[in-house]
Amino acid sequence: MSALLAVEGLTKSFGGVRALDECSFEVAEGSVSALIGPNGSGKTTAFNVITGYQPADAGRLAFRGRAVRRPDPCRLQRLGLARTFQQTRVFPGLTAAENVVLARSQSWAGLLRRRVSGPDRRRAGDLLDEFGLAAYADMPAGRLSYGQRKLLEFASVLMADPLLVLLDEPTAGINPIMIETMEQHIRRRHARGVTFLIVGHEMQFVMRLCDPVIVLDHGRPIACDAPGEVQNDPRVLDAYLGD
Amino acid sequence: MDVGLELRGVVAGYGQGDILRGLDLDVPAGQITCLIGPNGSGKSTVLRVISGLLAPQAGQVRLAGKNVTGWSPRAMLNQGVAHVPQERSVFPAMSVWDNVLMGAYINNDHNAVARRATEIAQRFPIVARRRRDLAGSLSGGEQKTVEIARTMMLDPPVLCFDEPSAGLEPRARKTIFGILADLSREGRTILLVEQNARSGLAIAHNGAVLDAGIVGLAAPAPELLDSPEVGRLYLGAS
Repeated sequence: MSALLAVEGLTKSFGGVRALDECSFEVAEGSVSALIGPNGSGKTTAFNVITGYQPADAGRLAFRGRAVRRPDPCRLQRLGLARTFQQTRVFPGLTAAENVVLARSQSWAGLLRRRVSGPDRRRAGDLLDEFGLAAYADMPAGRLSYGQRKLLEFASVLMADPLLVLLDEPTAGINPIMIETMEQHIRRRHARGVTFLIVGHEMQFVMRLCDPVIVLDHGRPIACDAPGEVQNDPRVLDAYLGD
Repeated sequence: MDVGLELRGVVAGYGQGDILRGLDLDVPAGQITCLIGPNGSGKSTVLRVISGLLAPQAGQVRLAGKNVTGWSPRAMLNQGVAHVPQERSVFPAMSVWDNVLMGAYINNDHNAVARRATEIAQRFPIVARRRRDLAGSLSGGEQKTVEIARTMMLDPPVLCFDEPSAGLEPRARKTIFGILADLSREGRTILLVEQNARSGLAIAHNGAVLDAGIVGLAAPAPELLDSPEVGRLYLGAS
């Protein structure tokens, strides 16, 4: 499998702390890859830098084989790279359907026209249906449960037909049944050709869903392997249990 | 100071999600019990339930055999249960001395408070040395020491520490763990939540590994240090 996303030598510091330290890894097209590591190992910073929410101090990024010189969230979304956030971001005062429609890649002018095209409306309806949220389409997103908001955020990023979805802790704070639901949605979309890079702390979920598993520690990868190998890697255990 | 804690069948969480799912935990009197576990397994939530910051939906918290489930933080403090949270909690714009005095804010006997503060300053030299400096100007390790000094103003027999070593460099971490060991030698009951599992277990008598809201494994700390089962619980191997 070829690399859909390649990061090389990515470095990012906050004051005296090196959150990413010449970090390099690849995400193969068609994979469900995981990015794990102990607290503060740089996972979310990696997501933020890759998706253009924070500028890197150094390093290179390539998506679909092309160098991305100054990553910008909107441009990357148009190229096919979308992400979700650890703290779920939905517009609480807008309905679930409006949240999904808004997530479609479009210009500011398009947003200001406040006209939703028929195809967009139908597509949003299909996504809500797929994620079991059709009954809440006209309900303000703020009234959904936390788990449902996680699903809504996931459904929303799919509105732009991404090739690669970065999920930041998709299972954080949700119950075991919702974790299974989330897993099914990821598997279903993966079967339809979407590549995933998932930051996760729920290890059972990560280890049964993802391959390879990339392990970060102190801002750089210390392992990238199949789940079974990673689970038995003493370097990974040392990173998690401390010294 | 023979005060132990028992948690039985505790269910607790935030909003609609349960973080603790029927947790049983023993914290023997006069010993250090180290609670470890992966992110999100519920370690901090256990401390919040004990100190009254979070009322459990089910189950019991017993302190020296007495049912204290759902008691307020103030009531728990009056029972001698203190909680040192993970995040830095000194008042940065106040002096070190005033920070320490704040630890006894529920005590209206000002003479007794002043006497106790003097004792605390002898015990924690940083408090005497930097008494007039703003607490926010201290290093991370020094701030954590001041937090512990402040907590000791009420002489609590039960102490809950939430990742006291977080963000500290190795020497400061060693100092903090040394203080915890000293407090334990005085017979205090300590429940220590620690991300750095090996360092925490090294000073503890007992260890427990939290796994998705329940205790997945509990054993004497030295046994847990060598147990391959701990890695399995952290990394989800079947």
